[in-house]
Amino acid sequence: MNDALGHPQSLLVLGGGSDIALATVNALAAQRCRTAILAGRRPEVLDRAAADLRRSHPDTLTVETAPFDALERSGHDKVIQELFARPGGIDLVIVAFAILGDQQVDQEDPESAARVVEVNFTGAVTAMLAVVKQFRAQGRGTLVVLSSVAGVRVRKANFIYGSSKAGLDGFTQGLADSLIGTGIRVLLVRPGFVTTKMTAGMKKAPMSTTAEAVATTIVRGLESGASVVWVPSALRYVMGVMKLLPRAVFRRIPS
Amino acid sequence: MAPDQLLSGWGRTAPTAACVARPGPGDPLGGLFTRSGVIPRGLGRSYGDAAQCSGGTVVDMTARDDVYAEDLETGHVTVAAGASLDALMRRYVPQGWFVPVTPGTRQVTVGGAIAADVHGKNHHVDGSLGLHLTSLTLTTPNGTIDCGPEGPERDLFWATVGGLGLTGIIERATLRLVPIATSSLAVDTERCRDIDELMATMSESDAHFRYSVAWIDCLATGASLGRSVLTRGNHASVDELGPSGSRARRDPLAFRPAVRIGVPAAVPTGLLNRLTVRAFNEAWYRKAPRTARRSLESITSFFHPLDGVRDWNRLYGRRGFLQYQLMVPFGAETDLRHLVESVAASGCASFLTVLKRFGPGNRAPLSFPAAGWTLALDLAVGNPGLGPLLDGLDQVVVSAGGRIYLAKDSRLQPELLAAMYPRLDEWRQVRDRVDPDHLMQSDLSRRLGL
Repeated sequence: MNDALGHPQSLLVLGGGSDIALATVNALAAQRCRTAILAGRRPEVLDRAAADLRRSHPDTLTVETAPFDALERSGHDKVIQELFARPGGIDLVIVAFAILGDQQVDQEDPESAARVVEVNFTGAVTAMLAVVKQFRAQGRGTLVVLSSVAGVRVRKANFIYGSSKAGLDGFTQGLADSLIGTGIRVLLVRPGFVTTKMTAGMKKAPMSTTAEAVATTIVRGLESGASVVWVPSALRYVMGVMKLLPRAVFRRIPS
Repeated sequence: MAPDQLLSGWGRTAPTAACVARPGPGDPLGGLFTRSGVIPRGLGRSYGDAAQCSGGTVVDMTARDDVYAEDLETGHVTVAAGASLDALMRRYVPQGWFVPVTPGTRQVTVGGAIAADVHGKNHHVDGSLGLHLTSLTLTTPNGTIDCGPEGPERDLFWATVGGLGLTGIIERATLRLVPIATSSLAVDTERCRDIDELMATMSESDAHFRYSVAWIDCLATGASLGRSVLTRGNHASVDELGPSGSRARRDPLAFRPAVRIGVPAAVPTGLLNRLTVRAFNEAWYRKAPRTARRSLESITSFFHPLDGVRDWNRLYGRRGFLQYQLMVPFGAETDLRHLVESVAASGCASFLTVLKRFGPGNRAPLSFPAAGWTLALDLAVGNPGLGPLLDGLDQVVVSAGGRIYLAKDSRLQPELLAAMYPRLDEWRQVRDRVDPDHLMQSDLSRRLGL
């Protein structure tokens, strides 16, 4: 159950290798979370993450792993239904899977560009709708969706990844509005540049942050009842200005 | 049927959806028990998630409010569980009878009051509601059972008192009303400089009053820690109403409460913050007399002041609030002082903080009150310091041998439940007998693993 402060007792991570998601599980396990299921594509990554979590919360947290592939869309409904078939159901789901792609390569290889969109957007659509179906049946649930500032205003430097996140962001907002009054909450998370294994080797952008900072912000957002959080929070205002810039100015901002 | 009705407790903190059934008088309840969980609900005044059952069935009992039998010689009345204390007072106060126990609102059902084993300002004299019942009729997943405080089903009776609705659906109850000569209370109001003076005054002289409770300024620190206003009273006699022939004496049992104001649907979050609470507390403390002063008060103004404000729970804004009520046994006064200090030092302002002395507890394994002190805090949710504050208070309460009130809970660590309620297993045995498949469930029972 989610308690009065928005803290869940059980959660499922879709994209169980995500640094941000794991930092969030850590933070929630320090509150009331006692069961975590890490679902993802690569068992060895999940096993390592599960072992880390068990080490950090030896007496309190039960960690399981499960196979989940964002690209296997036709199976999402069934896989997620099976994951929810447990006493007490699942209180919170983190949608954390995404691939960054390589803008230069993907621009030359349309199939490879489509793969970024399929994982980050199309796969998220089927997975989230499948989760919401289970949440409706159990009369409650919290969906935490990792979007990105890259999707708030799409830049020329990474428009394939950016537009996939823009799609996810828009889908999540509409979904959240459609769920008002159902007992299902959605928290949309818009981090800036996060130093994780996904961004390893990349040049740090200004106002970069860490997975731990994103996790702390997510927990605060759950407590305060927020529907959107930005990390760092000042990005809300920075991006508010960015969105207003004329295209001719925006495209000249060096990346 | 899909769970399509959103329900929350009075604190509005964790709304969930369920199917709602609203059986009318005489409708059978046996068909309502399903695998997805069932919990009865009254007027929804439990602060937390005790009367929610996400994805399952919530049985709204408020359409069943009949009076089945009344004996106005002895004060015994048998009423349906959905009858409210408000309805009982409107019916019986003008006839010279009062409910044996009333919580801070009349807007609760008899069934809900039993399930929470409610206490009032008279706990130090009269105990909680369970002691004033002579019988119950309960529909369990194993059939309908009559039980009483003694007799073959006494275990089930006491498991149901304070049993949070988890032993079955209470259909009706017989309770003993108490005789009153007037609908007024003779109330002494006085200030106490700090928590030590308050506890000393209550310990010395609570016995002279049937009703006693103290309001504490939770933001006062240092030498003023626990500065408070103590109000204690008794039912007034006719003579106390005024000289013979005065207006009040012509209709001594008049009871005509009215809702005076309402709160709009949208209130900005953060209206009740440290500044506003501090201003209110200062005014409230200064308003009270330095030494005890007697006044006549109505049932509403003394027992149910907030019933005059419709939807007052909206004052806390969108994110809602919670009530944290703890008790610690006598002898743990140092711990209690430490608890008040922790609250005063935290960034969380409790709008209404109340201290009361409990008398002895009763035989119900999950009943909250026991000999000692009880402190209740109303706290807005949303402040990041709230979780750590309350987790910290829990630890002090457990190590002092105390507990928190489950009917109001919305965030307790499940691991602490058994330490707070050492007779939990005894209660579970009775519950397992009448509900072996655990069909009776609430969001609270799932959250705490009851």
